[in-house]
Amino acid sequence: MGRRTKGETPKEVEPRMVTIYFMGKAYQVPEGITIIKALEYIGYKLIRGVGCRGGFCGACTTFYRKKNDYRLYSGLACQTPVEDGMYLTQLPFVPAERRKYDINNVKPDVNTILSLYPEIARCVGCNACTKVCPQELPVMDAIQTILRGDLAKAAKMIFDCIACGACSMRCPAEIVHYNVFQLVRRLYGKYIAPKAKHLEKRVEEIENGNYEEQFKKLLSMSVDDWKVLAEKLQKGEDIVL
Amino acid sequence: MVEYPGYPPEFWDSIEKVEETREKRLKETFPKMPEAEREELVHKYHPDYKEGTKRPVRVGAYKGQLAPHEVVDLLEAHALINPNEIDLDDVDYDVDILIIGGGGAAASAALWANINGVPADRILMVTKLRFGDANTKMAQGGIQAADKEYDSPIYHFLDVLRGGHYTNDPELVKILVTEAPLIIKFLEDLGVMFDKEPDGTMIEVSGGGCSRYRMHSCGDYTGLEIMRVLMDEVLNREIPVLEFSPAVELITDDRGQVAGAVVMNLETGRYHVVRAKATVIATGGFGRLHIQGFQTTNHYGATMDGVVLAYRVGAQLRDMDSVQYHPTGAAWPPQLAGQLVTEKVRALGAQLVNIEGKQFVYQLEPRDVVSSAIIRECYDRKKGIRTITGWGVWLDSPMIEIIRGEGTIEKFLPAMLRQFKRYGIDIRKEPILVFPTLHYQNGGIVINKYTQVLDAKRKPIPNLFAAGECTGGVHGKNRLMGNSLLEITVFGRRAGIFTSKHIKKVSLGKLTLNHVVRWENMLKEAKIRTKRKAPIILPDYRGDVRYR
Ligand SMILES: Cc1cc2nc3c(=O)[nH]c(=O)nc-3n(C[C@H](O)[C@H](O)[C@H](O)COP(=O)(O)OP(=O)(O)OC[C@H]3O[C@@H](n4cnc5c(N)ncnc54)[C@H](O)[C@@H]3O)c2cc1C
Ligand code: SF4
Ligand code: SF4
Ligand code: FES
Repeated sequence: MGRRTKGETPKEVEPRMVTIYFMGKAYQVPEGITIIKALEYIGYKLIRGVGCRGGFCGACTTFYRKKNDYRLYSGLACQTPVEDGMYLTQLPFVPAERRKYDINNVKPDVNTILSLYPEIARCVGCNACTKVCPQELPVMDAIQTILRGDLAKAAKMIFDCIACGACSMRCPAEIVHYNVFQLVRRLYGKYIAPKAKHLEKRVEEIENGNYEEQFKKLLSMSVDDWKVLAEKLQKGEDIVL
Repeated sequence: MVEYPGYPPEFWDSIEKVEETREKRLKETFPKMPEAEREELVHKYHPDYKEGTKRPVRVGAYKGQLAPHEVVDLLEAHALINPNEIDLDDVDYDVDILIIGGGGAAASAALWANINGVPADRILMVTKLRFGDANTKMAQGGIQAADKEYDSPIYHFLDVLRGGHYTNDPELVKILVTEAPLIIKFLEDLGVMFDKEPDGTMIEVSGGGCSRYRMHSCGDYTGLEIMRVLMDEVLNREIPVLEFSPAVELITDDRGQVAGAVVMNLETGRYHVVRAKATVIATGGFGRLHIQGFQTTNHYGATMDGVVLAYRVGAQLRDMDSVQYHPTGAAWPPQLAGQLVTEKVRALGAQLVNIEGKQFVYQLEPRDVVSSAIIRECYDRKKGIRTITGWGVWLDSPMIEIIRGEGTIEKFLPAMLRQFKRYGIDIRKEPILVFPTLHYQNGGIVINKYTQVLDAKRKPIPNLFAAGECTGGVHGKNRLMGNSLLEITVFGRRAGIFTSKHIKKVSLGKLTLNHVVRWENMLKEAKIRTKRKAPIILPDYRGDVRYR
């Protein structure tokens, strides 16, 4: 983390160039820029393998190896800076099947998940999924937690999944984790999480037209009247129409 | 492994000042600015008011109105397609409802059309990137709705208007706020995981410009959570989605009605004809136009295509002169420049302070006010931090852990914590350097409460609808955080409902691209000479390392 050496101000220097190998071809790119920027720097106009450019959509999954390192890494191209000697390729698409279901006609238990995605029972506990997750989620543990039937816990464990598919490309049990996780989260959100009672009440009031009278008055007022009321609200005062 | 060292040494003197003043500041709240002072500040420092950055549009319904050069360039451009090269008799997709876009507004429209009886295979969604790769997924902070005892849709209404400087369309605002709780309920029933107390009460926090706590959230992945649930439901209902197939031009019939669109397969380069009885534009905003050279928070496809398409068939626009700059875009590290630092950081208590560790604005003023104050602090008072990309001021995030307890950041802002950690910055212990970034298209296509697109005379353009960030009116000249996730779900829903009724009355004539021919003539008459073509579909960053 941050260093507290009160050094001198670094001089403006030309960025150091590093060599990356994109699909086997060598290119010189400025050090420290993200993989997406590097590909554009090289001259690609990207269509696939890019979406939000901010780490939210999971479109830019990239696999790479590094110099003198046997391991296969993966990361989000929009978040991962290039390194010297990186060998990389983007994943344009993750072949995956999602199973259809009717959210109003399912039970929030592990059997629902097993009937739609029976392959999760084949998890061999290798942890390859966890190692590769750019969101650093406990992917294997989540699968095991689902198998144990604790959907509430699992839903929270993998809430931050952006469906990049990296885990699913590595899984020897051929599980499509993010589709399973989507199902788990919806089951939790709809059936297990307690409902907001105040929300139900407000919806009822609105459907009864409780606010229509007040809106009628409000809409017939002048902007200056609105301003007075709005400033009152800002001060924490309540208003009655 | 390259090690990212976090903040450079020359920032540390200032960071220490921020730390030294923190304890004292914890007890202080910077006073809210009086209305008159706010206005003066905004007029003097907001980029919208900067001279030489706008010009009047010379052609079409918005003629004579000012808009940023980058916007006018596209409004006055030639069509991308040559009408003679498209065989309109060869209809590739014949549907009742065509929805252009793949974000939250589009998905909502598709769902509600289907819920209201339009069979899935009579609907078609076309989108530029993948389904869901959109600004919607990037929304972190939350979604507003007045659903607690202490709150009221009336209060929400007044806050929205105050935020928009009373330039909003009140009729649309009323719909926004009264349908808000219905939408939250709908999402809850679909299985969206809102942040809740153990008894189910929604955890609601404050937001810039809000008089009451009404910001609902799903961690700091609110938009992602809403988007992926909507997507999942669209897919469960088997509504067809055509990815990597942006609409490049609308189609009209020989009676002047809108009748679908020409879409381009981005991978093969081939055009396809979609005939539809109703067409919904839900193409989102314009961040990727990098207005005034600003960095942006927006996704790769935010290039204002839908506005361009609607404009050529006569749509009126509004408030295109006002652009929302998010006050807190990342200013360090350079790899994250322009990326959003969600307003929730401020809502949770982080103050904005200058190079000396002094507050200079109440952190929860409306966005345009906060942005202007930051710009003043840097450009005028020179009390910001200089960086290689420009300037920045401190957003004192460690305060959150002090005020709300250790672990709050990890619980409520995991996405941000992760983003900065990759570059060696721990936002639980170190403040975040921020500067305004191009965030939101406040204005856009004029619609009525049925989401019908209106022309210069406020008459509906037959069979054309629009919803979401591409439209104007709901937010007037300034949107408050949490109201656009709301807008897209409320008005997307309405687009779905009203098109499902509308298509029963429609009969289409012969397909044409007459409006394109007419457009080219209008350009000639207005003596507009340009090589530009629009929509631009994707920005071109080849060889360019300036923007993220
Ligand atoms: C980083 C960030 C954070 C935000 N945080 C919040 C928040 O906390 N709360 C809040 O309320 N709002 C927030 N917003 C704003 C909000 O997310 C957006 O305004 C809203 O999601 C827009 O939804 P939309 O459906 O109109 O557009 P989008 O979600 O952008 O969807 C537009 C879709 O149309 C597609 N498209 C574009 N052109 C074409 C074409 N020619 N043909 C076919 N498809 C096309 C795009 O690819 C995309 O799929 C945030 C925005 C950003 C960028
Ligand atoms: S769980 Fe799998 S799909 Fe989700 S973010 Fe992690 S690697 Fe990607
Ligand atoms: S990669 Fe597959 S098999 Fe291995 S732990 Fe993960 S889910 Fe189980
Ligand atoms: S482009 Fe969306 S996560 Fe990288």
